[in-house]
Amino acid sequence: MALKLADYKTDVHNDWCPGCGDFGIVNAIQMALAEMGIQRDKAAMFSGIGCSGKTSHFINTYGVHTLHGRVLTFAQGAKIANPQLTVVAVGGDGDGLGIGAGHFVAAGRRNVDMTYIIFDNGVYGLTKGQASPTLKLGEKTKSLPSPNTNSNVNPIGLAIASGFTFVARGYSYDVRHLKDLIIQAVQHKGLSFLDILQPCPTYNDLNTRDWYAGTDLVDEAQKRHSRIYKLEEQSFEPVVHYDSEVEVNEKLSQALIKSLEWGNKIPIGVFYKNGLISPYTQRLKDKIPNYLENPPAKQNISKNGHSNTDISKILDSLEV
Amino acid sequence: MSFVDFTWLIGGPQGSGVESAANIFSKVCAEMGYQIFGKREFYSNIKGEHSYFTVRVADKKIHSNVNDVTLMTSFDAETLFRHYEEVMSGGGIIYDSDLEETKTDAVHTLDAPFKERLHKKLELKNKPFTIAGILEVAKENGVKLFPVSFRSILETLSEETENPRLKGLVRMFNVIGVSLSLGLVKMPPDTLQQTIESIFSKKPEIAKINQQTANYSYNFATAKFESFNYALPRTEKELGTILVQGFQGTALGKMASGCRFQPYYPITPASDESVYLETNEILEIIDDRPGSTAVIQTEDEICAMGMTIGSALTGTRSATCTSGPGFALMTEMLGWAGMNEVPVVITNYQRSGPSTGLPTRHGQDDLLFSVYAGHGDFPKIVYASGEIEESFYDTGNCFNYADIFQVPVIHMMDKFHASSVITCKRFDPQKISINRGKLLEKVDDDYRRFEFTDDGVSPRSRLGMDNGIFWNTGDESDESGHISEDPVLRVKMMDKRMSRLDLILKNIPNTEQAVSFGIEEYSIISWGSTIGPVLDAIDLLKKEGISIGLIQLKLLNPFPSDYVNSLLKDVKTIIDIEANHSGQLGKLFKQNIGRDIDYFILKYSGRAMTSTEVYDSLKKIVQNKANKREVLMHGA
Repeated sequence: MALKLADYKTDVHNDWCPGCGDFGIVNAIQMALAEMGIQRDKAAMFSGIGCSGKTSHFINTYGVHTLHGRVLTFAQGAKIANPQLTVVAVGGDGDGLGIGAGHFVAAGRRNVDMTYIIFDNGVYGLTKGQASPTLKLGEKTKSLPSPNTNSNVNPIGLAIASGFTFVARGYSYDVRHLKDLIIQAVQHKGLSFLDILQPCPTYNDLNTRDWYAGTDLVDEAQKRHSRIYKLEEQSFEPVVHYDSEVEVNEKLSQALIKSLEWGNKIPIGVFYKNGLISPYTQRLKDKIPNYLENPPAKQNISKNGHSNTDISKILDSLEV
Repeated sequence: MSFVDFTWLIGGPQGSGVESAANIFSKVCAEMGYQIFGKREFYSNIKGEHSYFTVRVADKKIHSNVNDVTLMTSFDAETLFRHYEEVMSGGGIIYDSDLEETKTDAVHTLDAPFKERLHKKLELKNKPFTIAGILEVAKENGVKLFPVSFRSILETLSEETENPRLKGLVRMFNVIGVSLSLGLVKMPPDTLQQTIESIFSKKPEIAKINQQTANYSYNFATAKFESFNYALPRTEKELGTILVQGFQGTALGKMASGCRFQPYYPITPASDESVYLETNEILEIIDDRPGSTAVIQTEDEICAMGMTIGSALTGTRSATCTSGPGFALMTEMLGWAGMNEVPVVITNYQRSGPSTGLPTRHGQDDLLFSVYAGHGDFPKIVYASGEIEESFYDTGNCFNYADIFQVPVIHMMDKFHASSVITCKRFDPQKISINRGKLLEKVDDDYRRFEFTDDGVSPRSRLGMDNGIFWNTGDESDESGHISEDPVLRVKMMDKRMSRLDLILKNIPNTEQAVSFGIEEYSIISWGSTIGPVLDAIDLLKKEGISIGLIQLKLLNPFPSDYVNSLLKDVKTIIDIEANHSGQLGKLFKQNIGRDIDYFILKYSGRAMTSTEVYDSLKKIVQNKANKREVLMHGA
């Protein structure tokens, strides 16, 4: 039976602030799942802590609302145990790039075939607007007592340096574009990362919807233009086509340079995509030949209520 | 037939093959039909610091080490300096005669506090601070000395075999040491040769050179050494005996119990278990295609625990293995697992704390921490294995408990277990039953993961199951798993989860909760690996007509108060024996049963108890000469 967009929505009351950028992201995820036709019970949404952490409750698939900074650990465990699941992890920028930054980097090294989406708004919303890892040095959002004393993390750059094999940025108010990015990310064979710019209407009074829309920018012809532009419209070519050092280095470095653009021009779209790096499931298959057909979650471990594992050869070797 | 109880000690710098030598010795003795209890001690160091192995060999079942060393073999000076006093009167020391003039100051790894104590002792006896000095003391103590130049053995052997390389091959000293020892106690040489062959079966060249060295050294001992009071004649081998290292008990238990996922972060003394699981990652399954354990090395213990939970949510039996510092990092997630009723097993090979503590030394330091781990109230099981043989079967129980009661289970092991080598009856995987509790095979409509049920346990779906969609959250939740802050629902949910504690006590058989080895006027409570030395000590006292009772606590949370109370209610004196500073089991006992402990026998030097020192303390207690708190100190 074909599933409709509505099938991916739960009836859980959504208590995000009016105008929150998170709504666009949830809608885009639900649209992407519907468009891909992924069975609801074959997908699992994992989420961290904070406003974004509630996402898993709004989507009608398996939903695992985990702990602050730890979402990737749960999600990778589930995907490795059951590689047939479609796994999407979501969390805020404080969650993933502050407390969870170690897991972020380590996940890149593993390249487990799943998607990680960061709701990037520069503040810790649910604790009343403290500075988060993506807020720039010296910036003062409205509930900060004084300007931010830390420099910001570059999420795209960090993902590229860590080994994520699909790295893209979306904007929460461009839902269709975002939906397409999510589809590409989920379909990518490996660990995909989406940095989603998401205005917090309550606590981030700097990077607002109007600011992204460029209402404060006026060009020489007195014409307004959005700060956000799409990489694919600039014929930016993010895909690694063949496995050579020159090719890979070129694609990595152009992505890194692009990731530094900020201010009056902010790129969204795919920065980097490399399908030639083996996903973690493949690495396990290389050691355990039938891993994909008989992964941990599918293994039968008993016979008539008793162990069916034959460890007699090991015991023989220990026998004296 | 005379009773054999023989302890061999070999020491040397870390990296010099002390462990290999001990493996050879243990294997040869086990092949000859002896029971083995071996224990390795080592520094937190890769190369150079002092490590040693004591192997106790007996012709009856033994559960511990003893203080007295019958024969010590050393190829370095430090071993002699550190252990000469342990060798009993009538025992022997095989040592490298080239070392006789070595001064304590020449051994840079002798730390200052030890050297100070040693110098004081030697000063009192008017001996020089040299190997010759301590050997004189040993001789005066009635110890027989067997000097031999290890270097000249290599030189002669090098000439005889026309292998000039051998002359400088000091890494053969360990094989020389073990072969001299086996020659001295008249072990059959063919078993030594076979053992070396089997240990180096993948490296025939190395096997050959080791065999030549062993053969020469063995013959040297039989021909040149004076006679020794002790011999180890061949004895009857009990069929179905295995020689295992401590960590193999839980590792093999995990394979047999159907644990198919184990992420871990390296930490002493726990990592050996995970590495062993990965080494044997592909599993033979009866009447089915091969199975496997996915063993994943993570970036930290937090990730290890997160992955364990994520995997458990797919219905996979999942575990991690760690030690105190790593377990400390896992505790936030432990609460999440408790909140979401996720069956996971955490094998905790404890070591000496607090903080990094003594990273490679023993301690039962984490009992109270494990019982109280995690913020907030949630049900969990803390379960402790006594002996290594037990740990195999207990691992099976731990997975069943986790599945049946849908709680995290902390399986308490320790460093004493992990680095012991023992003989025991071959493990029988058929004795491991598999009970997945309310894990569903198919789901009907209107499924709610946290549905209220009569027994407080809800049917469990798994990620990816048809129609089995559920939500999890660390927040309080409703039956579907969605966040709820409703006060009435909150109370119902808390009561549901916590009711599991009573259910656990009601359903786990008494014999799995606590083991009674007899109740007497004086009775001991103890737990974990300390049970071994306690059992041997009680046995020694029994021979003198002194009967002491013993209750081994296995289920430590929830605490089996009623059962333990029923066992101990008429006991006059309760003695708590464990390897930590504060008597943690005693505290737990007092808290749950409301009765004070009369005596504590504690050890927190980082070295496991010997049965000798437990025996000594118990005897003092019975003679009314003991302090309320007896603190044990044996062991270098």
